[in-house]
Amino acid sequence: MQLVPTVAGIVLVGFLLIHLAPGDPVLALAGEHGDAQYYSFMRQRFGLDEPLPQQLATYFRRVAVGDLGFSYVHGRATLQVIMERAPATLLLTGTALVFAVLFAIPLGILAARRPHGARDIGISALALGFYSAPIFWLGQLSILVIALHLGLLPVHGMTSPGSAAAGMSHVSDVMRHLALPALVLASHEITVLVRLTRSGLIDELTRDHIRTARAKGVRERLVMLHHALPRALLPVLTVVGNRAGHMLAGAAIVEIVFGWPGMGRLLLTSLQTRDAPILLGLFFVVSFTVILFNLVTDLLYAAIDPRVRFR
Amino acid sequence: MPLSTPEFASADLAPAGSAHEPLSTRRSSFATTVSLPSGRAGLILTGLTLAVTILAPALATADPFALSGPPLVAPSLVHPMGTDALGRDLFSGVLYGARTSLFVASAVTMLTFICGAGIGLIAGYRGGVLDDLLMRVTEMFQVLPRFFLVIVAIALFGAGLDRIVLALGLTSWPVLARVVRAEVFSLRRIEFVRAAESSGASGVHVLWHELLPNVMPSVAVMLGLLFGQVLLVEASLGFLGLGDPNALSWGVLAGQAQGFLRVAWWLAFFPGLAITVAVLGSNLLADALAASLSGR
Repeated sequence: MQLVPTVAGIVLVGFLLIHLAPGDPVLALAGEHGDAQYYSFMRQRFGLDEPLPQQLATYFRRVAVGDLGFSYVHGRATLQVIMERAPATLLLTGTALVFAVLFAIPLGILAARRPHGARDIGISALALGFYSAPIFWLGQLSILVIALHLGLLPVHGMTSPGSAAAGMSHVSDVMRHLALPALVLASHEITVLVRLTRSGLIDELTRDHIRTARAKGVRERLVMLHHALPRALLPVLTVVGNRAGHMLAGAAIVEIVFGWPGMGRLLLTSLQTRDAPILLGLFFVVSFTVILFNLVTDLLYAAIDPRVRFR
Repeated sequence: MPLSTPEFASADLAPAGSAHEPLSTRRSSFATTVSLPSGRAGLILTGLTLAVTILAPALATADPFALSGPPLVAPSLVHPMGTDALGRDLFSGVLYGARTSLFVASAVTMLTFICGAGIGLIAGYRGGVLDDLLMRVTEMFQVLPRFFLVIVAIALFGAGLDRIVLALGLTSWPVLARVVRAEVFSLRRIEFVRAAESSGASGVHVLWHELLPNVMPSVAVMLGLLFGQVLLVEASLGFLGLGDPNALSWGVLAGQAQGFLRVAWWLAFFPGLAITVAVLGSNLLADALAASLSGR
C-alpha cells in the first residue's frame, strides 16, 4: 500500500509547481486570456484566497474528484479535453507495445542462442544503435525514406484527408496511417526488450534445471522455448510495466512528427497557446497511468511467479 | 514487492556481484574496458564528440547565427551540411550546438551524481528508519514522468538552460540512488569497512574514503547511460521548441527541421546524426565498462 503516499506526492508536486511559478497561481489553474470574473470564480473554486495549508487541502479535494482545472482556450474542463485525445494515444501506444513484444522476443532468442556469435553481435549492435537515436529522428528518417521516397505509407494524421469512409475501409485507412508511427515508437522499446530477453536467457541457460533438461535429451528448441524463456521473460514483464512513462513521452514526440491526433498533439498546441492547465493535466494523467501500470505489473508478476507474494 | 522495480539500465547492466571484490583487483577496469571492441568504439565516438565541442570555433566555417549563403542549399563543399531556411550554415550550427547539448548533459550528470550517490550512500550506510524514509522518497521520484514534468516546469517557469538542467537533474537521480544503496548495503559489513570503523574513522570518512571509491565503477556505468539519456531528452525538448532560444543546441536544430522535411532532408538528418553519435559513444563506453566489471 505504497500507492497512497506516491499519489499524494505527485499531487503535491503539482501544487508546488503552481505556487512556485512566477505570477499569479490562478494562471496555472485557469490559463491565460481569461477575464476578471472568470478568474475570481476559479480563485474561489480552488480556494486561492485562503491560507496555503487550506489551499493544499482544497487542491487535494479538487484533484480527488477529477477536477484538474479548466482550460480557457478550449472552454472546457481540463480532464475532459485530455480524455478526448486519450483513445488515439492509447491505440498508438498499444500497437507499438504489441509490435515491440512480437519483434523483441524472437530477436532476443536469436541473439542468446550463441552469445558473442556473429548474429548476437549484429543484433546487439543494431539494438544499441536504435537505442541511441532520438525518436523524432527515426520518425523523420522513416518519413523521408519509406513514405516520401518510396511512397509506401501515408505520413500524416490518422485518416486520409476528406475521407468519409466507414466500416472496414475506415479501419484499413486508420491502420495504414498507424503502421509507421507505431513501428517508430516500438523501435525504442524493441531495443530495450531485446537486450533484456537476451541477457535473461543467457543467464537462465546456465542454470541447473536447464542442464537437467539437456541431460534428459530434451531438444534444444524445447529447452529454449519451454524451459528457459518463461523465466527469462519475468524481468521483461517488469520493465514493460516500468516503461509506461517512457512510452508515453515517446508517443508524444511520435504524434507530433506524424500529426497523430492524440495527447502529444494536444501537448504541442497547449505549449503554443500557453495553456498551462492542460499541460499540468497531462502531467497528472501520465503520472497516474504510470502508477497504474506499475501496480498491474506487480500484480501480474505475483500471479505468475509463486516466489513473489504480497505480504 | 516495491511499487517500482529497478529499471532497464540497472536490471541489465549494474554489475551485481562485483561489489564484493576489493578495489585493488578492479584497478585495471579502465584498461579492460578499452580493450573491448565496444569500449574502443565508444572511446572513439566520445573522443570525436568532445573534440568537436572543444574545437568548434576553429572548425566552423561560419558564424552559426549569421546569414552565410542562399536559403535551403543542399550539402556542398561550401556548406558541408547545407543551409537552413534563413541561409545559415548548418555545419557550423551542429558544431556550436554540440556545446549546449553537452553542457546540459554534463551539468545534469553532475547534479544527478551529487543527489543520487549522496542519498544512496547515506541510506545504505545508515540503514534503519532513515533508509526507509529515503527509499520511499526515491520511489516517489522514480514514478514521476520526467519528460512531462520538465515540460510543465518550463511552461510555467519559462525556457532557460538553468531550468532545464535543474528539472532534469532533480528527476534523474532515483535509479542511481537505488544502485548505490544496494552496493553500500552489501559493502558495509565487509572487513575493510569494519576495520576503518573500529580504528575510529568517522562516518563521513568511511563514506568518502572507503565506500565511495568502491561504488564508483557502477556509478560510472549509470552516469554514462544517463549522459546519453539526457542528450536524448534535451533533444526532444528542443524539438518541441522548449530549448533556450538564445542557445543553439542539436535539439533546437532538429525542431526547426520538422517544417522543411519535404524540401530539405539535410536539416533533419545531420543534427539527428550528431545526437546519435554522441549518445552511442557514451552508451558503448558504459556498456563496455559494465561488461569489464562483471568479468564477461
